[in-house]
Amino acid sequence: MDDLVEVKEVRKIFKGKGKSPDVLAVDTVNLKIKKNEFITILGPSGCGKSTLLRMIGGLEKQSEGIIYLARNEITGPSANRGMVFQAYSLFPWLTVEENIQFGSKIKKMESAKKKAITQQYIELVGLKGFEQHYPKQLSGGMQQRVAIARALANEPEILLLDEPFGALDSQTRLIMQELLLTIWEKTHKTILFITHDVEEAIFLGTRVLTMTSRPGKIKADIPITLEHPRSYKIKTEHHFIDLKEQLTELIRSESLKSIELQAQ
Amino acid sequence: MTKGRTTVTETIFLKEEKTVRRKKNKDLLKPYKPISKNLYLTLCIASFILLVGIWSLLTYTSIIDSVFLPTPTDVISSGITLFTEFNFVNDILVTLYRVLAGFVLSLIIGVPLGIFMGSFKIVEAFFEPLVSFMRYMPVSAFIPLFILWIGIGELEKVTVIFIGSIFSIILMVAVEVSNVRRELVEAAYTLGSTHFGVLRSVVLPASMPGIMDAIRLVLGWAWSYIIVAELIAAQTGIGSVIIESQRMFRIGDIIFGILTIGVLGLGSDFLLKSLSKKLFAWNYGR
Ligand SMILES: Nc1ncnc2c1ncn2[C@@H]1O[C@H](COP(=O)(O)OP(=O)(O)OP(=O)(O)O)[C@@H](O)[C@H]1O
Ligand SMILES: [Mg+2]
Repeated sequence: MDDLVEVKEVRKIFKGKGKSPDVLAVDTVNLKIKKNEFITILGPSGCGKSTLLRMIGGLEKQSEGIIYLARNEITGPSANRGMVFQAYSLFPWLTVEENIQFGSKIKKMESAKKKAITQQYIELVGLKGFEQHYPKQLSGGMQQRVAIARALANEPEILLLDEPFGALDSQTRLIMQELLLTIWEKTHKTILFITHDVEEAIFLGTRVLTMTSRPGKIKADIPITLEHPRSYKIKTEHHFIDLKEQLTELIRSESLKSIELQAQ
Repeated sequence: MTKGRTTVTETIFLKEEKTVRRKKNKDLLKPYKPISKNLYLTLCIASFILLVGIWSLLTYTSIIDSVFLPTPTDVISSGITLFTEFNFVNDILVTLYRVLAGFVLSLIIGVPLGIFMGSFKIVEAFFEPLVSFMRYMPVSAFIPLFILWIGIGELEKVTVIFIGSIFSIILMVAVEVSNVRRELVEAAYTLGSTHFGVLRSVVLPASMPGIMDAIRLVLGWAWSYIIVAELIAAQTGIGSVIIESQRMFRIGDIIFGILTIGVLGLGSDFLLKSLSKKLFAWNYGR
């Protein structure tokens, strides 16, 4: 099958300002994402995960290399790549419903269809009854659910999530993981998901990519063959625990490297 | 809330809400902790009562000579005379008109310019140094120059307010606009917004409450500019009443004039604040 996203020989150098030196954030990444995959990216802090995701999202321009979406070169952000950020990305002056309709308004979608889609995604993320609430009136977990619904309602080809549950408490986080997994199992939307959390990466992904410490390269590409639908109970199974051990070791060695690098 | 079919997650969130509310009644000294409306109002009134109390104490007991600081009752009777015999209402209206005309003009030009300056680097590069420079030149020092150029008519007063307000408005609006969260702008782009769309549907609404605050602040300064302008050269207006009273040594009138400005300033601020709370309710929740 054709690749939906192809990242080819991509490097990113942030030009230093004043006396700070240039930073090589992402070093020669090659990556192919097939339609319907749920890819999770694991890597030590500061290794360039967000930078990679933002380049695919078109919010950052790579210094070298090229990125394709369905064979078209990516030159900037667009509605065909939905993004979910770590936190506080909802429009605070719009209600939940209006936030979710933001994309449809731009597309000038007719109002009946718009309403139907909004309702569909509000139900999908379990926020029925909160349509008229403002973001400030919602808990952090609920806000992230709106952010996911807003991105999905736009029907992008791929959903890009940058540690979307990173700011949540661990209980809410687990519930959100299950929610996102259920959504994927229903829709098979192609997803690229960044996280620090090894367990989260395995639980959600159909493929886990790990990155080296900065400059970030893809270090390992591990398919996760755990069956779907997955329940949270899977986390205590042998296969899961083995994977977790293996990946924790990989990330740990990279994290240590990045700490040594900083110490120098 | 979903009737009947509340999910487990929602129940968890509801419980969170309740514990939060229970905690709210405790410790008033916790930073940012909201207090009840009644308590708030009581404290507001208390501060005024305290001020009047100290004033009464100093004057009725003649600790301060009533020639220099009249008693509250003297000031009130001065005020009544001003209204009944000297047509003080007219002075208030004239001052009000001057402030509003100059200020509204400065908003019409300053707000859009500030928005462009905050969002486009080319506009910022061109205007920022110039505007900052202009802002630090005190408008009161320009008054003699304005009088020479355009006389002592209404236009001069309006110009003082206009020049006194516009540069601050531009800079403060620009700061508000440039501080719009980047995540919001980026989210809009990934939802399909154009550059213009981002400006209209994200930058503008996001910075509106901040712009309102800036407007309130600068309007406060405008009240003092107008008085300075009227002190220097005017036949009407609260400032001219004050300077006239000084010549006649009617201290009660001076104090009543000052209090009137205070009340007008407070009133306009209150109006803008309630308008802001009404228009941007989303910004004041929780
Ligand atoms: N706009 C920028 N300008 C300069 N340097 C940047 C910029 N954005 C990121 N960097 C640098 O690039 C490197 C990678 O940053 P990035 O945010 O991609 O890391 P990350 O893997 O997402 O980290 P974390 O897990 O902590 O979110 C870091 O060293 C960071 O300092
Ligand atoms: Mg990051």
